[in-house]
Amino acid sequence: MGQKCVHCGEDCGRNPVMWDEKPFCCYGCKTVYQILNEKKLDKYYEIQPMSGIKVDRQDVGDKYAYLDNEEIAGKLLEFSDSGVGKITLFIPTIHCASCIWLLENLNTLDAGIIRSSVNFPNKQVSITFKPEKVSLRRIVEMLVSIHYVPEINLEQQQGRDTGKSERTLLIKIGIAGFSLMNVMLYNFPEYLPGGEHLSPMFLRFFGWMSMLLAVPVVFYCANDYYLSAYKALKHKIVNIDLPISIGIFTLFFQSVFDVTTGQGIGYMDSLTGLVFFLLIGKWYQGKTYRALSFERDYKSYFPVAVTLIGEDGGRTAIPLARLKENDEIQIRNQELVPSDAELLSESANIDYSFVTGEALPVEKKKGDMIYAGGRQVGSSIRLKVLKSVEQSYLTQLWNQDTAKQSGISHLDTVINKVSEYFTVVVLLVSASAGGYWLFNNSSLAIFAFTSVLIIACPCALALTVPFTFGSTMRAFGRKGFYIKNTGVIENLNKIDAVVFDKTGTITLSHRMKARFFGDMLTDRQKLMIKALTSHSAHPLSQSIFHSLKGEALPEVISFQEIPAMGIGGVINGTRVNIGSKTFVMGTKSGSDAATHVYVFLDDRVLGYFQIENQYRSGLQQVIAGLKKRADLYLLSGDNDAEKANIQHIFGQQTGLRFNQSPTDKRDFIQKLKREGKTVLMIGDGLNDAGALLESHVGLTIADDIYNFSPACDGIIEASQFGLLHRFIGFTRKSMNIVYISFFISFLYNVIGIGFAVQGNLSPLVAAILMPISSVSVVAFASLSVKYLSKDIH
Amino acid sequence: MSVIIVLVIIGVIVAGGFLGAFIWAVKSGQYDDTYSPAIRMLFDDTHPVDEPVEWQEEEKSETN
Repeated sequence: MGQKCVHCGEDCGRNPVMWDEKPFCCYGCKTVYQILNEKKLDKYYEIQPMSGIKVDRQDVGDKYAYLDNEEIAGKLLEFSDSGVGKITLFIPTIHCASCIWLLENLNTLDAGIIRSSVNFPNKQVSITFKPEKVSLRRIVEMLVSIHYVPEINLEQQQGRDTGKSERTLLIKIGIAGFSLMNVMLYNFPEYLPGGEHLSPMFLRFFGWMSMLLAVPVVFYCANDYYLSAYKALKHKIVNIDLPISIGIFTLFFQSVFDVTTGQGIGYMDSLTGLVFFLLIGKWYQGKTYRALSFERDYKSYFPVAVTLIGEDGGRTAIPLARLKENDEIQIRNQELVPSDAELLSESANIDYSFVTGEALPVEKKKGDMIYAGGRQVGSSIRLKVLKSVEQSYLTQLWNQDTAKQSGISHLDTVINKVSEYFTVVVLLVSASAGGYWLFNNSSLAIFAFTSVLIIACPCALALTVPFTFGSTMRAFGRKGFYIKNTGVIENLNKIDAVVFDKTGTITLSHRMKARFFGDMLTDRQKLMIKALTSHSAHPLSQSIFHSLKGEALPEVISFQEIPAMGIGGVINGTRVNIGSKTFVMGTKSGSDAATHVYVFLDDRVLGYFQIENQYRSGLQQVIAGLKKRADLYLLSGDNDAEKANIQHIFGQQTGLRFNQSPTDKRDFIQKLKREGKTVLMIGDGLNDAGALLESHVGLTIADDIYNFSPACDGIIEASQFGLLHRFIGFTRKSMNIVYISFFISFLYNVIGIGFAVQGNLSPLVAAILMPISSVSVVAFASLSVKYLSKDIH
Repeated sequence: MSVIIVLVIIGVIVAGGFLGAFIWAVKSGQYDDTYSPAIRMLFDDTHPVDEPVEWQEEEKSETN
């Protein structure tokens, strides 16, 4: 092990880049250190040592030139007026206290910036600046230069909306809590022995005060429940919110009746307490991973702007939406092709791994058609747009009716099934209690009827699911598995078919294993091969480079790379050629497998490297774990070169399908659904997007959870993949906890209804029973999840 | 005994003031990010946020 890079903390290897007697792993890190040092911002490294971000490639060029376009800038800016502009940028790499410190001191780096502030959970930085002193483009390029690369797209508004509903909920909780505390104070004398001696004047005063305070709680804080109950009823469904709404209204009107007729002080304490607890449950359940995006559509993948080549050859950046057919565009290295297009340059090297799952880039010749979603690897190319962005093949896939059946999955939830029966039973019991007293003691009839409705109000029942699943979601989140909402947990439990994607999902997309077949390689030969491959960025060269050990590489002279053929060069006077069979042997005879790389060294062909996929660690355990509960399938956009290997890992029963297009994948999921299966799809790229949306639960595997994940229900960190079967297994435990909690809350209901049908439910009994039942259910649910989830590791 | 009534009313008004403060705090976004303010308060104010240019000049004159 060498020294650790002062900037990013990575190992520097044998030859660190030195500056100011400090080691750096690469020139990129050194440059950032220099910039910060120059501006006296080196405190960045004191707050949290080695907190910097390593960025591999950094040829910005005029990549951000589009930010000079007024139309695009206008869409991105939140505010721009009288010499002040404001923009909020999403920077996924914000991760520590040093980041906050540096990003809030941006004005030291550029005097045109007035103020900058970080929103840490959202991973956003808001920058206020003077447009006449610094352009938007300069700001973004400056951020890139210190390795805080912002992710810019025009669809950034979503995040702000969820923030708004969160605020509303907090305000509702505040109001309900305020009313609860005050109302409890007024009801307090009633709870104590001798409370009946309170003078009627006070009783009336306290009654009226509680009523006043309960009005906003009933008509504002709880309005979501009425709305939800009404919406469900309109679809002829009874959900949990219906008995809750009935309970709230009965409580309120019974209390209003008691107070106005001077009979007592009412149940306002129970009422406000009920709403307060329910809202807390909602808040707990509503935890969302705000910096993660589960709703991305194709637009967030595509560039904001494209470089248009005018008739006179001039290049201008235009917003993607303005791109028309027959436009000529320029695509640079690592940029995404935004629409189906024809290649005008001589050749291109397109990486379709995003779209099809093919691991290796495809060579394209002049005049070939290039589909949207491909990524150019190599020098920049010119394209003629054939179809507008909306009509391209990939976008079409997205726009087909992939509307998630959120409605349907909602109906099946356990809580709705329970509340259906629950509501009917409660209504029957209250009616019969009312009926009984009507004939025996008619003065008690209405009271008994309302009492049952009041005490049966399913507060504890309604809190069960939010707290059990909310805790489960948090436990998963701590272990690197982030889910969109609590509904996903219930669906995960029902899974009986699991479909895997291959490239990038069960294999590591950018790391492949190279195995050598042929003569034994000497250390000298290994070093020479490694040296040669170090000059090429092609994935095959890279995998050979990483599979060979050795340092202090010899120098390569007259290096040349022939696309789609191979690489060659001279090392210490010896000719070395590495590449396809045709390239190395000069013959076209025999088969030429794409995954075989031949080596010519010391005047002869030594043999070939076979490039194999490298599977994720833990795959075996995941497969073994999931096999017990579900049928497994594998869909791959790649060829079947690895079929034997995969069959070995998955076993014979697994259905393997190769050469699957994104549409094939989606159709396959549809077929499974028609067979009545509950399908879990696990994928990673845009090519799985249709299938992920179509499946009951779609999970995405991501090396970097903040970047590039298609719309899905959950994101799992690649390093945690080996725990997947444990996560899915745990959902069953969560369901059991829910059932036990249901049982507990039913017990309380039976006791309460026992009081109610006899017509002697006093406000005191209600005020004690309701909070106790809620608190005990909440405590049971969250503690047992916490205890049981310790097993996931 | 009616002093209790006066006290209760004062109590509601005072508590209502706090409720108002809470609502204002939520609406002005103070609950949107509960992590960074805790970190931010630990930073030293070595860089006055409002006058970055002046600060740079100061630094230069010190080193000269």
